[in-house]
Amino acid sequence: MLTIEFNGKQEQIDGSATILDLLQKAGVEPKFCAVEVNLEILPKHQYASHRIHEGDRIEVVTLVGGG
Amino acid sequence: MESNSSNILSQSVQDDGFLSIAGKILNSRVIVGTGKYDTLELMRETLKASGTSCVTVAVRREKLYDRDGKNLLDFIDLQRYTLLPNTAGCFNATDAVRVARLGREILRDLENPGADWVKLEVLGDSKTLLPDPVATLEACKRLVDDGFHVLCYTSDCPIMAVRLKEAGAASVMPAGSPIGSGQGILNPNNLRIILEYLKGDDPSYPVIVDAGVGTASDVSQVFELGADGVLLNTAIAHARKPVLMAEAIKNAALAGRQAFLAGRIPKRLYATASSPEEGLITSRPW
Repeated sequence: MLTIEFNGKQEQIDGSATILDLLQKAGVEPKFCAVEVNLEILPKHQYASHRIHEGDRIEVVTLVGGG
Repeated sequence: MESNSSNILSQSVQDDGFLSIAGKILNSRVIVGTGKYDTLELMRETLKASGTSCVTVAVRREKLYDRDGKNLLDFIDLQRYTLLPNTAGCFNATDAVRVARLGREILRDLENPGADWVKLEVLGDSKTLLPDPVATLEACKRLVDDGFHVLCYTSDCPIMAVRLKEAGAASVMPAGSPIGSGQGILNPNNLRIILEYLKGDDPSYPVIVDAGVGTASDVSQVFELGADGVLLNTAIAHARKPVLMAEAIKNAALAGRQAFLAGRIPKRLYATASSPEEGLITSRPW
Protein backbone atom coordinates (compact mmCIF):
# COMPACT_ATOMS: atom_id res chain seq x y z
CA MET A 1 0.00 0.00 0.00
CA LEU A 2 1.06 3.55 -0.73
CA THR A 3 0.35 6.59 1.38
CA ILE A 4 -0.55 9.63 -0.64
CA GLU A 5 -2.08 13.04 -0.05
CA PHE A 6 -5.34 13.20 -1.98
CA ASN A 7 -7.10 16.58 -2.03
CA GLY A 8 -5.40 17.50 1.21
CA LYS A 9 -6.11 14.25 3.07
CA GLN A 10 -3.86 11.27 3.75
CA GLU A 11 -5.04 8.21 1.89
CA GLN A 12 -3.93 4.60 1.42
CA ILE A 13 -3.97 3.21 -2.09
CA ASP A 14 -2.97 -0.04 -3.76
CA GLY A 15 0.65 -0.13 -4.85
CA SER A 16 -0.10 -0.62 -8.55
CA ALA A 17 -2.91 1.95 -8.78
CA THR A 18 -3.13 4.48 -11.57
CA ILE A 19 -4.73 7.91 -11.47
CA LEU A 20 -7.78 6.49 -13.24
CA ASP A 21 -8.11 3.83 -10.51
CA LEU A 22 -7.97 6.55 -7.89
CA LEU A 23 -10.62 8.65 -9.64
CA GLN A 24 -12.94 5.67 -10.04
CA LYS A 25 -12.48 4.71 -6.39
CA ALA A 26 -13.38 8.25 -5.35
CA GLY A 27 -16.37 8.42 -7.69
CA VAL A 28 -14.99 11.25 -9.81
CA GLU A 29 -16.12 11.77 -13.41
CA PRO A 30 -12.83 12.22 -15.33
CA LYS A 31 -14.54 14.26 -18.06
CA PHE A 32 -15.16 17.24 -15.80
CA CYS A 33 -11.97 17.28 -13.76
CA ALA A 34 -8.31 18.21 -13.89
CA VAL A 35 -5.59 16.35 -12.02
CA GLU A 36 -2.40 17.70 -10.56
CA VAL A 37 0.35 15.37 -9.33
CA ASN A 38 2.95 17.13 -7.19
CA LEU A 39 1.85 20.50 -8.63
CA GLU A 40 2.22 19.32 -12.25
CA ILE A 41 -0.93 18.99 -14.35
CA LEU A 42 -1.40 15.46 -15.66
CA PRO A 43 -2.92 15.35 -19.16
CA LYS A 44 -6.17 13.37 -19.39
CA HIS A 45 -4.75 10.78 -21.78
CA GLN A 46 -2.25 9.74 -19.09
CA TYR A 47 -4.82 9.01 -16.37
CA ALA A 48 -5.01 5.31 -17.26
CA SER A 49 -1.27 4.80 -17.48
CA HIS A 50 0.17 7.08 -14.81
CA ARG A 51 1.07 5.06 -11.72
CA ILE A 52 0.87 6.62 -8.29
CA HIS A 53 4.01 6.82 -6.16
CA GLU A 54 4.54 6.88 -2.41
CA GLY A 55 4.07 10.35 -1.01
CA ASP A 56 2.46 11.83 -4.15
CA ARG A 57 0.41 14.93 -3.60
CA ILE A 58 -2.61 14.62 -5.84
CA GLU A 59 -5.20 17.31 -6.40
CA VAL A 60 -8.41 16.71 -8.34
CA VAL A 61 -10.43 19.79 -9.18
CA THR A 62 -13.61 20.54 -11.06
CA LEU A 63 -15.72 23.57 -11.94
CA VAL A 64 -18.26 24.92 -9.48
CA GLY A 65 -20.51 27.95 -9.44
CA GLY A 66 -18.63 31.22 -9.05
CA GLY A 67 -18.61 34.86 -10.03
CA MET B 1 -15.38 67.19 -20.09
CA GLU B 2 -17.89 64.40 -19.81
CA SER B 3 -19.49 65.12 -23.15
CA ASN B 4 -16.09 65.30 -24.88
CA SER B 5 -14.99 61.86 -23.81
CA SER B 6 -18.42 60.44 -24.59
CA ASN B 7 -18.27 61.86 -28.10
CA ILE B 8 -14.89 60.32 -28.77
CA LEU B 9 -16.24 56.96 -27.76
CA SER B 10 -19.58 57.12 -29.52
CA GLN B 11 -18.06 58.13 -32.86
CA SER B 12 -15.98 55.03 -32.85
CA VAL B 13 -18.66 52.46 -32.15
CA GLN B 14 -18.82 50.00 -35.00
CA ASP B 15 -20.83 46.94 -34.08
CA ASP B 16 -23.56 46.71 -31.55
CA GLY B 17 -25.24 44.10 -29.42
CA PHE B 18 -21.99 42.15 -29.45
CA LEU B 19 -19.07 42.07 -27.10
CA SER B 20 -15.78 41.30 -28.82
CA ILE B 21 -12.91 40.04 -26.65
CA ALA B 22 -9.63 38.78 -28.06
CA GLY B 23 -11.24 38.14 -31.43
CA LYS B 24 -14.16 36.20 -29.98
CA ILE B 25 -17.68 37.50 -30.23
CA LEU B 26 -20.17 37.21 -27.40
CA ASN B 27 -23.82 37.77 -28.30
CA SER B 28 -24.58 39.55 -25.06
CA ARG B 29 -22.76 42.31 -23.24
CA VAL B 30 -23.72 40.78 -19.91
CA ILE B 31 -21.49 38.14 -18.32
CA VAL B 32 -23.13 36.30 -15.45
CA GLY B 33 -21.65 34.38 -12.54
CA THR B 34 -22.88 30.90 -11.68
CA GLY B 35 -22.39 31.09 -7.89
CA LYS B 36 -24.79 31.56 -4.98
CA TYR B 37 -28.00 30.23 -6.55
CA ASP B 38 -30.26 28.20 -4.28
CA THR B 39 -30.32 25.35 -6.80
CA LEU B 40 -28.60 24.49 -10.06
CA GLU B 41 -32.02 24.36 -11.73
CA LEU B 42 -32.66 27.96 -10.67
CA MET B 43 -29.24 28.94 -11.98
CA ARG B 44 -30.04 27.43 -15.36
CA GLU B 45 -33.34 29.33 -15.62
CA THR B 46 -31.69 32.54 -14.50
CA LEU B 47 -28.86 32.36 -17.01
CA LYS B 48 -31.43 31.85 -19.75
CA ALA B 49 -33.45 34.87 -18.63
CA SER B 50 -30.35 37.08 -18.55
CA GLY B 51 -29.68 36.48 -22.25
CA THR B 52 -26.00 35.99 -21.47
CA SER B 53 -23.69 33.96 -23.66
CA CYS B 54 -20.77 33.83 -21.23
CA VAL B 55 -20.74 32.62 -17.65
CA THR B 56 -18.03 32.56 -15.02
CA VAL B 57 -17.14 29.42 -13.09
CA ALA B 58 -14.75 28.67 -10.23
CA VAL B 59 -12.14 25.91 -9.85
CA ARG B 60 -12.43 23.91 -6.64
CA ARG B 61 -11.50 20.54 -5.21
CA GLU B 62 -13.69 17.65 -6.30
CA LYS B 63 -15.91 16.28 -3.59
CA LEU B 64 -14.69 12.75 -3.08
CA TYR B 65 -16.75 9.71 -2.12
CA ASP B 66 -19.82 11.67 -1.02
CA ARG B 67 -20.80 13.20 -4.33
CA ASP B 68 -24.48 13.90 -4.89
CA GLY B 69 -24.05 13.11 -8.56
CA LYS B 70 -24.69 16.68 -9.71
CA ASN B 71 -22.00 18.58 -11.55
CA LEU B 72 -22.37 22.24 -12.43
CA LEU B 73 -21.52 21.38 -16.02
CA ASP B 74 -24.61 19.16 -16.28
CA PHE B 75 -26.63 22.38 -15.93
CA ILE B 76 -24.74 24.56 -18.39
CA ASP B 77 -25.23 24.14 -22.13
CA LEU B 78 -21.67 24.21 -23.39
CA GLN B 79 -22.83 24.91 -26.93
CA ARG B 80 -24.65 28.00 -25.80
CA TYR B 81 -22.37 29.49 -23.16
CA THR B 82 -18.70 30.33 -23.23
CA LEU B 83 -17.24 29.34 -19.88
CA LEU B 84 -14.97 31.86 -18.22
CA PRO B 85 -13.05 30.17 -15.40
CA ASN B 86 -12.01 32.49 -12.61
CA THR B 87 -9.20 32.52 -10.07
CA ALA B 88 -11.47 33.59 -7.24
CA GLY B 89 -10.05 32.95 -3.80
CA CYS B 90 -6.41 33.40 -4.86
CA PHE B 91 -4.31 35.80 -2.82
CA ASN B 92 -0.99 35.56 -4.67
CA ALA B 93 0.18 35.35 -8.27
CA THR B 94 1.48 31.77 -8.01
CA ASP B 95 -1.87 30.42 -6.81
CA ALA B 96 -3.73 32.39 -9.47
CA VAL B 97 -1.54 31.01 -12.26
CA ARG B 98 -1.95 27.49 -10.89
CA VAL B 99 -5.74 27.77 -10.70
CA ALA B 100 -5.94 29.32 -14.17
CA ARG B 101 -4.00 26.40 -15.65
CA LEU B 102 -6.24 23.87 -13.91
CA GLY B 103 -9.31 25.64 -15.26
CA ARG B 104 -7.87 25.52 -18.76
CA GLU B 105 -7.14 21.83 -18.35
CA ILE B 106 -10.74 21.07 -17.35
CA LEU B 107 -12.10 22.98 -20.33
CA ARG B 108 -9.59 21.72 -22.86
CA ASP B 109 -11.48 18.55 -23.73
CA LEU B 110 -14.93 20.10 -23.51
CA GLU B 111 -14.44 21.97 -26.79
CA ASN B 112 -15.59 25.21 -25.22
CA PRO B 113 -14.24 28.48 -26.63
CA GLY B 114 -13.47 29.68 -23.12
CA ALA B 115 -10.62 27.20 -22.62
CA ASP B 116 -7.90 29.80 -23.03
CA TRP B 117 -9.78 32.50 -21.17
CA VAL B 118 -9.41 33.34 -17.54
CA LYS B 119 -11.02 35.88 -15.30
CA LEU B 120 -7.97 36.81 -13.28
CA GLU B 121 -8.69 37.79 -9.74
CA VAL B 122 -5.89 38.13 -7.18
CA LEU B 123 -7.25 39.41 -3.93
CA GLY B 124 -5.46 41.44 -1.32
CA ASP B 125 -7.75 41.17 1.64
CA SER B 126 -10.57 38.86 2.79
CA LYS B 127 -12.76 41.57 4.21
CA THR B 128 -12.90 43.91 1.24
CA LEU B 129 -12.03 41.37 -1.50
CA LEU B 130 -10.24 44.25 -3.16
CA PRO B 131 -7.58 43.20 -5.66
CA ASP B 132 -3.88 43.13 -4.83
CA PRO B 133 -2.57 45.36 -7.64
CA VAL B 134 1.05 44.19 -7.51
CA ALA B 135 0.17 40.49 -7.52
CA THR B 136 -2.55 41.03 -10.14
CA LEU B 137 -0.08 42.65 -12.54
CA GLU B 138 2.48 39.91 -12.00
CA ALA B 139 -0.09 37.13 -12.54
CA CYS B 140 -1.46 38.90 -15.62
CA LYS B 141 1.99 39.01 -17.22
CA ARG B 142 2.66 35.35 -16.46
CA LEU B 143 -0.69 34.20 -17.82
CA VAL B 144 -0.36 36.28 -20.99
CA ASP B 145 3.08 34.69 -21.52
CA ASP B 146 1.44 31.31 -21.06
CA GLY B 147 -1.02 32.01 -23.89
CA PHE B 148 -4.08 32.96 -21.86
CA HIS B 149 -6.58 35.63 -22.81
CA VAL B 150 -6.72 37.41 -19.49
CA LEU B 151 -9.88 39.24 -18.47
CA CYS B 152 -8.50 41.07 -15.51
CA TYR B 153 -10.43 42.11 -12.43
CA THR B 154 -9.00 45.27 -10.94
CA SER B 155 -9.99 48.25 -8.86
CA ASP B 156 -11.27 51.41 -10.53
CA CYS B 157 -7.77 52.95 -10.53
CA PRO B 158 -7.07 54.36 -14.02
CA ILE B 159 -3.29 53.97 -13.72
CA MET B 160 -3.58 50.30 -12.81
CA ALA B 161 -6.02 49.81 -15.69
CA VAL B 162 -3.44 51.22 -18.11
CA ARG B 163 -0.71 49.00 -16.66
CA LEU B 164 -2.85 45.89 -17.08
CA LYS B 165 -3.69 46.75 -20.67
CA GLU B 166 0.02 47.28 -21.35
CA ALA B 167 0.71 43.88 -19.76
CA GLY B 168 -1.50 42.29 -22.42
CA ALA B 169 -4.86 41.85 -20.67
CA ALA B 170 -7.53 40.99 -23.25
CA SER B 171 -9.98 43.03 -21.20
CA VAL B 172 -9.57 45.21 -18.15
CA MET B 173 -12.45 44.76 -15.72
CA PRO B 174 -12.64 47.51 -13.12
CA ALA B 175 -14.88 47.03 -10.10
CA GLY B 176 -17.78 49.39 -9.60
CA SER B 177 -17.57 48.68 -5.85
CA PRO B 178 -16.47 45.69 -3.75
CA ILE B 179 -17.49 42.19 -4.87
CA GLY B 180 -20.98 41.24 -3.73
CA SER B 181 -21.50 44.59 -1.98
CA GLY B 182 -24.29 45.80 -4.24
CA GLN B 183 -23.11 49.38 -3.83
CA GLY B 184 -23.20 50.08 -7.56
CA ILE B 185 -20.77 52.42 -9.27
CA LEU B 186 -19.07 54.33 -6.48
CA ASN B 187 -16.71 56.39 -8.61
CA PRO B 188 -18.09 56.97 -12.09
CA ASN B 189 -15.39 59.55 -12.75
CA ASN B 190 -12.68 56.92 -12.40
CA LEU B 191 -14.57 54.72 -14.85
CA ARG B 192 -14.83 57.66 -17.26
CA ILE B 193 -11.07 58.13 -17.05
CA ILE B 194 -10.41 54.40 -17.51
CA LEU B 195 -12.68 54.33 -20.57
CA GLU B 196 -10.94 57.37 -22.04
CA TYR B 197 -7.42 56.07 -21.36
CA LEU B 198 -8.05 52.52 -22.57
CA LYS B 199 -10.41 53.18 -25.46
CA GLY B 200 -9.57 56.70 -26.60
CA ASP B 201 -7.02 55.54 -29.18
CA ASP B 202 -8.19 51.94 -29.29
CA PRO B 203 -11.99 52.07 -29.42
CA SER B 204 -12.51 48.35 -29.84
CA TYR B 205 -10.62 47.52 -26.63
CA PRO B 206 -13.17 45.94 -24.28
CA VAL B 207 -13.66 47.38 -20.80
CA ILE B 208 -16.04 45.38 -18.62
CA VAL B 209 -17.29 46.57 -15.26
CA ASP B 210 -16.99 43.66 -12.87
CA ALA B 211 -18.35 43.61 -9.35
CA GLY B 212 -20.50 45.84 -7.22
CA VAL B 213 -23.71 45.85 -9.25
CA GLY B 214 -26.76 45.96 -7.00
CA THR B 215 -29.65 46.36 -9.38
CA ALA B 216 -30.70 47.17 -12.94
CA SER B 217 -29.99 50.91 -12.83
CA ASP B 218 -26.34 50.20 -11.96
CA VAL B 219 -26.08 48.18 -15.16
CA SER B 220 -27.65 50.96 -17.20
CA GLN B 221 -25.15 53.39 -15.71
CA VAL B 222 -22.25 51.11 -16.64
CA PHE B 223 -23.31 51.19 -20.28
CA GLU B 224 -24.28 54.85 -20.31
CA LEU B 225 -20.70 55.60 -19.27
CA GLY B 226 -19.48 53.73 -22.34
CA ALA B 227 -18.32 50.40 -20.93
CA ASP B 228 -18.45 47.43 -23.28
CA GLY B 229 -19.75 44.89 -20.83
CA VAL B 230 -20.77 44.11 -17.30
CA LEU B 231 -20.06 41.08 -15.15
CA LEU B 232 -22.28 40.31 -12.19
CA ASN B 233 -23.40 37.47 -9.99
CA THR B 234 -24.77 38.36 -6.55
CA ALA B 235 -27.21 41.04 -7.75
CA ILE B 236 -29.02 38.34 -9.69
CA ALA B 237 -28.45 35.23 -7.57
CA HIS B 238 -29.48 36.88 -4.31
CA ALA B 239 -32.39 38.90 -5.64
CA ARG B 240 -35.71 37.82 -4.19
CA LYS B 241 -36.68 36.65 -7.67
CA PRO B 242 -33.47 35.86 -9.53
CA VAL B 243 -35.09 35.04 -12.88
CA LEU B 244 -36.99 38.34 -12.91
CA MET B 245 -33.87 40.28 -11.90
CA ALA B 246 -31.91 38.57 -14.67
CA GLU B 247 -34.45 39.82 -17.18
CA ALA B 248 -34.31 43.31 -15.65
CA ILE B 249 -30.52 43.28 -15.99
CA LYS B 250 -30.79 42.25 -19.64
CA ASN B 251 -33.19 45.11 -20.35
CA ALA B 252 -31.10 47.58 -18.34
CA ALA B 253 -27.99 46.67 -20.32
CA LEU B 254 -29.83 47.26 -23.57
CA ALA B 255 -31.31 50.55 -22.34
CA GLY B 256 -27.95 51.80 -21.10
CA ARG B 257 -26.15 50.84 -24.29
CA GLN B 258 -28.82 52.47 -26.46
CA ALA B 259 -28.66 55.63 -24.35
CA PHE B 260 -24.87 55.71 -24.73
CA LEU B 261 -25.13 55.31 -28.51
CA ALA B 262 -27.88 57.92 -28.66
CA GLY B 263 -25.70 60.38 -26.74
CA ARG B 264 -26.99 62.00 -23.59
CA ILE B 265 -27.53 65.73 -23.38
CA PRO B 266 -25.01 67.73 -21.36
CA LYS B 267 -26.03 68.60 -17.84
CA ARG B 268 -26.90 72.28 -17.32
CA LEU B 269 -27.34 74.27 -14.17
CA TYR B 270 -30.45 76.08 -15.41
CA ALA B 271 -33.60 74.98 -17.15
CA THR B 272 -34.21 75.12 -20.88
CA ALA B 273 -37.88 75.30 -21.85
CA SER B 274 -39.23 72.54 -24.05
CA SER B 275 -42.24 74.59 -25.25
CA PRO B 276 -41.75 77.58 -27.53
CA GLU B 277 -41.28 81.10 -26.17
CA GLU B 278 -43.00 82.55 -29.19
CA GLY B 279 -46.76 83.03 -29.08
CA LEU B 280 -47.10 82.96 -25.32
CA ILE B 281 -50.39 84.52 -24.18
CA THR B 282 -49.30 84.82 -20.56
CA SER B 283 -47.03 87.29 -18.82
CA ARG B 284 -44.09 86.29 -16.64
CA PRO B 285 -43.13 87.64 -13.21
CA TRP B 286 -39.57 88.69 -14.21
